[in-house]
Amino acid sequence: MAAIGADVHGKATVLDLAKQSLREVNSVLHGDAAQLASKHLLVLNPAGHHSVAVGMNAPAHVEIQGHAGYYAAGMNRQAEITIHGNAGCGVAENMMSGIVRVCGNASTCAGASAHGGLLVIDGDASSRCGISLKGADIVVGGSVGHMSGFMAQAGRLVVCGDAGTGLGDSLYEAVIYVRGQLFELGADAQEEPMTDDDIRQLADLLNRTQLKHDPQEFKRVASARTLYHWNADAAQEY
Amino acid sequence: MPDNLPNLEESASYDRSVISYIQLAAERGVYDIRGLGAKRRLPSFDDLVFLTASASRYPLEGYREKCETRTVLGTSRAARPIELDIPITIAGMSFGSLSANTKEAIGRAASQMGTSTTTGDGGMTPEERQSSKILVYQCLPSRYGFNPQDVAQADAIEVVIGQGAKPGGGGMLLGQKISPRVAGMRTLPEGIDQRSACRHPDWTGPDDLTIKIEELREITEWQIPIYVKIGATRVKEDMKLAVKAGADVVVVDGMQGGTAATQQVFIEHAGIPTLPAVRLAAAALDEMDVVGQVQLIISGGVRSGADVAKALALGADAVSIGQGALIALGCNSPHWVDDGENVDATADYNQLGVRPGYCHHCQSGLCPVGITTQDEQLEKRLDPQWGARRLKNYLQVMTMELTTLARACGKSNVHHLEPEDLVALTIEAAAMAKVPLAGTDWIPGEQIRGE
Repeated sequence: MAAIGADVHGKATVLDLAKQSLREVNSVLHGDAAQLASKHLLVLNPAGHHSVAVGMNAPAHVEIQGHAGYYAAGMNRQAEITIHGNAGCGVAENMMSGIVRVCGNASTCAGASAHGGLLVIDGDASSRCGISLKGADIVVGGSVGHMSGFMAQAGRLVVCGDAGTGLGDSLYEAVIYVRGQLFELGADAQEEPMTDDDIRQLADLLNRTQLKHDPQEFKRVASARTLYHWNADAAQEY
Repeated sequence: MPDNLPNLEESASYDRSVISYIQLAAERGVYDIRGLGAKRRLPSFDDLVFLTASASRYPLEGYREKCETRTVLGTSRAARPIELDIPITIAGMSFGSLSANTKEAIGRAASQMGTSTTTGDGGMTPEERQSSKILVYQCLPSRYGFNPQDVAQADAIEVVIGQGAKPGGGGMLLGQKISPRVAGMRTLPEGIDQRSACRHPDWTGPDDLTIKIEELREITEWQIPIYVKIGATRVKEDMKLAVKAGADVVVVDGMQGGTAATQQVFIEHAGIPTLPAVRLAAAALDEMDVVGQVQLIISGGVRSGADVAKALALGADAVSIGQGALIALGCNSPHWVDDGENVDATADYNQLGVRPGYCHHCQSGLCPVGITTQDEQLEKRLDPQWGARRLKNYLQVMTMELTTLARACGKSNVHHLEPEDLVALTIEAAAMAKVPLAGTDWIPGEQIRGE
């Protein structure tokens, strides 16, 4: 797989949110998948618009040139979307496939409930990053806020910086890797030894995201599975 | 000891049911999780009656003159509003809590009657989509099985904030119902007790909801209506926030609303009954001057055509039924049907420690009539075609009852029923429904005309 952010040749289609409505821009991005395949589309002047490039379903390359509001690239399928700025709440929420890269920081709930694909955040991600994650991979170059990975069901969350309190609370089968400091784990989350398989998987993810870190420096956090069945003695943990 | 001792006095505070509750709590150390809805007596539509036509009003011929039941939902923004032949829809119930056969039966019946059915927590099954002509796809806090492929197949999206049986709470699907298929759809390990979240993962509060609804509209190209479902608590405030957030349709679920598995303390002690909920919801639409632009669906203990008529008269555009639909399919029946023959299910009820008519053990996955189960053998007890016939009949009867009452009130359209057509039999119902106590002009809490 090509490294994310690699040059895409050919003339870009320019969409300008200063001149076109969100509806017009998204309508172009929702065009015929075969025609959009490998196309390069530039979205100019996002200016914090919400719902930019949501619901895409084509293997196109989209570059959002600035800060995006809520739900940028939400429910993405197939597309490779780069946000050259910060992203608001719920970037790449419910993504199924494709790649979304935020070159800046991401607000709360990044990658919420994402089923597949890869979300890369070069900067920091706020609270609840990877909440209810369902199979996607999230790689954060910086740190994540509190309650990240809450009720994450499947997939991997990689944090190259520190992780805020309550990390991995009520985890199911998702796995979290943290390079920096773990302040406090959430209910039913536990630190576990890194296995060879963890190292291999992490090395692959870091390579794909072009983040230069040694996988050996990461800690693994996964579910202790003590809350998988209702347990009255642990009522406050639920 | 003799059976009838003359001086036995049961405590009102600690009657046998309370004693049993305390003793079970002491024995088990966990609270009760069960299905069905509130069992306690509540002010309800039964406490209202229609003032049908007489000398002062002109009735329509019950068997000849047409009474329109067509209902259109989501008229304000969506390019493709929901067009129903009847104002009775099927409420969201999950595959997982219900068997695939049950979902299919519901879809078939709803389609035959020209109405909609609704998915539930856990996503959309192919059987359900195929059998349902009009399918509302729920977007729930858990987002189990929620995906853009099915969004694209939906006829409407319903953002669920809460439900009447447990407003403010998330669901619990116990491990015995997490079959391989259910687990796969929900991306969970098999056999675990699955806890559904009570808040959405990517929005908090009404301002965020506005943006979430806009996202769903963009994804669906502004083609289909977006519903918002709330459990009935602070109905007027919640209605207004849902409308302001951009809901095309608001579903208000009263405390009689059913559930497959919720803490009993929630079912019986949270939320308000459907009767005041409908009136508060309608008042909110009126105060916001959006009557006719935003539609109101009422659910929670709607059991008969009379209930439907009363809900419509009090301001609902349509109703949703859940528990009633399951009862039509055989819930709490003493038998199930195999190739036209009744098969006694008493032994299965006995195993659950209950009798037909009292069962609320949907949470167990051991439904004696094969409705709320994922067990392959039990599931076979409900034939989807047989079930569809039964539910269609029930919906048909409700519709006939509805039009009977509407015609008798002189209405050529069921949506013309109005509060003026009703009076209350109890002071509580009069206060909640804001219609006069029968035989008086008195609506508790409102000034009597002329005073």
